[in-house]
Amino acid sequence: MLRVEGLAAWYGEATVLRDVALTVAPGEVVTLVGRNGAGKSTLLRCLMGLHAGQRGTVTFDGRDLGPLPAHRRARLGLGWVPDDRGAYASLTVTENLTLPPAVGPDPWSLERVYESFPVLHERRDSAATQLSGGEQQMLALARVLRMGARLLLCDEPTEGLSPLLVARVGDIIRQVRDQGTAVLLVEQNLRFATGVADRHHLLAEGRVVETLRNEEVREREGELLTYLGI
Amino acid sequence: MSSFLQHTFDGLVSGAFLALLALGLAVIFGMLRVVNFAHGAFYMLGAVGTYLLLTEFGVPFWWALLIVPVVLGALGMGVERAFVHRLARLDPLYNFLLTFGLTLVLQDLVKLRYGTQSSPYATPSALDATVDFGLFDFPAYRVFVLAFAVVACVAVWWLLGHTRVGMVVRAATEHPELSRALGIDVGRWVTPVFGFGIALAGVAGVLAAPMRAVNPLMGADLVIVVFAVVVIGGLGSIFGSVAAGFGIGLVQAWGESYLDRWPIVAQTSVFVIMAVVLLWRPAGLFGREEAPA
Repeated sequence: MLRVEGLAAWYGEATVLRDVALTVAPGEVVTLVGRNGAGKSTLLRCLMGLHAGQRGTVTFDGRDLGPLPAHRRARLGLGWVPDDRGAYASLTVTENLTLPPAVGPDPWSLERVYESFPVLHERRDSAATQLSGGEQQMLALARVLRMGARLLLCDEPTEGLSPLLVARVGDIIRQVRDQGTAVLLVEQNLRFATGVADRHHLLAEGRVVETLRNEEVREREGELLTYLGI
Repeated sequence: MSSFLQHTFDGLVSGAFLALLALGLAVIFGMLRVVNFAHGAFYMLGAVGTYLLLTEFGVPFWWALLIVPVVLGALGMGVERAFVHRLARLDPLYNFLLTFGLTLVLQDLVKLRYGTQSSPYATPSALDATVDFGLFDFPAYRVFVLAFAVVACVAVWWLLGHTRVGMVVRAATEHPELSRALGIDVGRWVTPVFGFGIALAGVAGVLAAPMRAVNPLMGADLVIVVFAVVVIGGLGSIFGSVAAGFGIGLVQAWGESYLDRWPIVAQTSVFVIMAVVLLWRPAGLFGREEAPA
């Protein structure tokens, strides 16, 4: 579904990604693990077409994304859940959800979104930035589901959430995965990562240095945590 | 008491012009991050256009109120496509300089053709009367200007707050990059929004023709005050620019009436208020601090 080859990215003189290669298949959850500053968020921004300084090949369903601007990529089915959660202060919760066009074959209806996220229904007329951090995270996820995105690019969706909400995010990711949606997840929480994902890419020095399965992550948890500096 | 009410009404009427102009500037700044220095020149073109429609083609005021904003809006869209758009990726200063240059060009073109002398424009006959408010009389045309500006501001506010187009503009104003990543073709909205802001300046120009001296420089002084208004209200804040427009209109009218022995105080009061507001609330009275990128 998603294929990345030889992706390099830079800010001015500073190279962040050198040669990244990875794939994500439909219904697969893949994580990107790495230290702060390893370029995980930059990688997602590259895929979304938001980062100017990049080179390499990105294909989605066999289609070269290279020349496409961000809004065209979104319309092909890429759903970005940014690390700052991207809530619009000048839009209500409902407007935040209905802003993006429905793009996929199976976009969620507003009713379905509100059924799955009752708290958003309760706060539907509030300005989105008045929600708590966890609620804003739900909103960011719900928004790309309502679009019907087929590949979610989630940037640390569990950061700063209570354990209860982390579990809720995990449920949602497993649920959409089972319906064939693919997820590329930036995640520092290894327990959470092994609970939802199939494969884990360790990003260091601008490339994927290792790809681990869940068992390997669990066996090497201590070593990985030390490496990640957590 | 009646003179106070009279001054207040005068202030609201001049505030109406400031509000219409500030609203256009705010809409343009929000969407494009361009400080459109040429806004005053487009206001002037609105007034001059109204004058020319009557003197050259016999087109009356009411038709001008429809034709001039549409034509200026189209001209604004052309300017955005031809010039502003090309500088969008560069430092915002480039577009500021561009619109400053455009101001000089437009002013001098009008000067070249019609000179700098002010031309009188008769009040539309339907409004050439006074309205009796009990305590004081007021020219009907000014009442119309105030009512028209209020309706226009409310209409824009409604458009932004309650339509799909308005929602997209709000989203693109607040988080342009995120909006693109959510499938919104932000670029497609930039040109019409610029044109719309210019059309609002055109409306203000048409309304000004029967009330103010029509000449090539009529926008040059006003635009400086409008910038102060937009800064006070909060750059990009729709409500803030309208509220500050009316507020500054009042302050100026009161100042000119009650501080007439100290004209310097009355004239500079806007900028003093701006400085105080900036020290107290750097984002303006109703502005939001921009989130760090």
